[in-house]
Amino acid sequence: MTRWLQYPPPRGVLLALLAAGLAACFAIEQFGLVDDYVRFVLITLGINIILCVSLNLVNGWMGEFSVGHAGFMALGAYLSACVSVKWLSWGNPLWMFPLAVIGGGLMAGAVGFLLGLLSFKTRGDYLAIITLAFLMIVKSGIENIPYVGGPRGFLGIDNHTTLLWTAIWTVLTLWTIRNLVYSRFGRGIVAVREDEIAANAMGVDTRKAKLTAFVVSSFFGGVAGALFAHQLQFINPSVFDLVKSTEILVMVYLGGVGSLAGSILGATAFTFLSQALQPLGTWRMVILPLLLVLLMIFRPRGIMGMREFSWFVPRREFPAKEEKK
Amino acid sequence: MKPLLEVRDVTMRFGGLLAVSDLSFEVTPGHAHGIIGPNGAGKTTAFNIITGIYAPTAGDVLFRGESLAGQRPSNIARRGIARTFQNIRLFRDLTVLDNVRIASDAHARYALPGAMVQLPAARRAEQETITRCLDLLEKFGLGDAAYERAGDLSYGSQRRLEIARAMALQPALLLLDEPAAGMNSAETLKLVEFLGWLRDHFSVTMLLIEHHMQLVMTFCDRITVLDFGKTIAEGTAAEVRSNPKVIEAYLGPEDGHE
Repeated sequence: MTRWLQYPPPRGVLLALLAAGLAACFAIEQFGLVDDYVRFVLITLGINIILCVSLNLVNGWMGEFSVGHAGFMALGAYLSACVSVKWLSWGNPLWMFPLAVIGGGLMAGAVGFLLGLLSFKTRGDYLAIITLAFLMIVKSGIENIPYVGGPRGFLGIDNHTTLLWTAIWTVLTLWTIRNLVYSRFGRGIVAVREDEIAANAMGVDTRKAKLTAFVVSSFFGGVAGALFAHQLQFINPSVFDLVKSTEILVMVYLGGVGSLAGSILGATAFTFLSQALQPLGTWRMVILPLLLVLLMIFRPRGIMGMREFSWFVPRREFPAKEEKK
Repeated sequence: MKPLLEVRDVTMRFGGLLAVSDLSFEVTPGHAHGIIGPNGAGKTTAFNIITGIYAPTAGDVLFRGESLAGQRPSNIARRGIARTFQNIRLFRDLTVLDNVRIASDAHARYALPGAMVQLPAARRAEQETITRCLDLLEKFGLGDAAYERAGDLSYGSQRRLEIARAMALQPALLLLDEPAAGMNSAETLKLVEFLGWLRDHFSVTMLLIEHHMQLVMTFCDRITVLDFGKTIAEGTAAEVRSNPKVIEAYLGPEDGHE
């Protein structure tokens, strides 16, 4: 993997930037520093980054092709809404909301486990079709559960997704996925993409690697869904359709496969672009897919494909500096 | 001495094709054991059976006296059988170091949650793996290339890296599938030297498939000759060379037609 900037900055710089960012998010919430629209876009950006980096784990690092990410989002959104509206509505949002988000993630992760099992025997196009089918099952499944509002949707969700919570979850997602990718488990996932037979022959249990990728990916997809539900305050099954999945795919392939920096870049570009193109109305959905087509032709791995911003790379991954003589 | 690897009456059928038929041989610890035979004799199939890629139609493979039947390839690798491939199968887009590290990870013992929150134990294990792998690459003369993309290496270096990667598993038995493929005779001579170093330095038992007669005859302690999926001869280089069946398989029957 190639890297941008040869050496990471001193450890303190990244932490200081992080603290400043979180403090800014807190200040914005506390003192209402930006108007509602900007706040909405920033929260959407955070959710999109979570969606993008988590799908990238399966589609980028592992090199599979899943189109079912919106399905995991839906599972997370609905389960978290059940927690915050129906089951624990009496709770203080300070502990209840994180619980709802984690619950949504666990629900999605459990279903991701099952989808991971299917990936043992099917790969490539066939797995894409299975994830497509999964997406349809989730959507029509929810439509047939009156408890969560069926096709009418789930109403009356409180607005718990603050900018600060979004920032915290975004950082947490990026950090854990970065740690995963630069561990023996992450290398196993990448080895599956590179050469599954060689990976097996080198002692990588490729089944475990696939399950790990699917479970972690879908867990964070569920987390994003939970944040999404408590941002919009109203969800219905048709939101989580193939178009939603396609949007996440555009972010992944725009920013770059197998890259944290690429995921952030792709999600950011997509979020602002789709806001900027808002005046075009339905034409927006012509321009964005067109972007994907052009991308696949000219830069199939995305802007940062397989490259990483060196700030995100653990220090141990760098060659030891030459000793001065 | 108890054999390290025993192949017992292994038969492999692909539909109507009999790729390997009643194959039996034993590999003694410390030996370099060669498998030779014309194209299509079932040599690579035998390798794929030993490493668990194929499940044999009949027969059994024993490693250190235990059956490998039903074991996943990754498990067999972790038990101590490493291999290279006839057409190099590196993780081309990854660095040289990462190639070796993926194999070396088989010996790292830290759990997924610990890795995801960067517990000190996981970080320490990672650091140890890196140190171990850089040492290994240094031994194989690839130390300077550690941070290069594996696919960018020269052909010879790629072959060497593939063997280094296999050795990162710390195997008891190393399977080499045509290590001299694509090499001229000068390069092959160097390879023999290299294989000798490998055997002495790591005290690893070797099982190798090779077309290059000279390499097999000079390097291997014991040779099994296959033809049409059957063992037609076994013994030392001298025994095999004078075996009429071997001569027939390689040169055809003496009077040309029967």
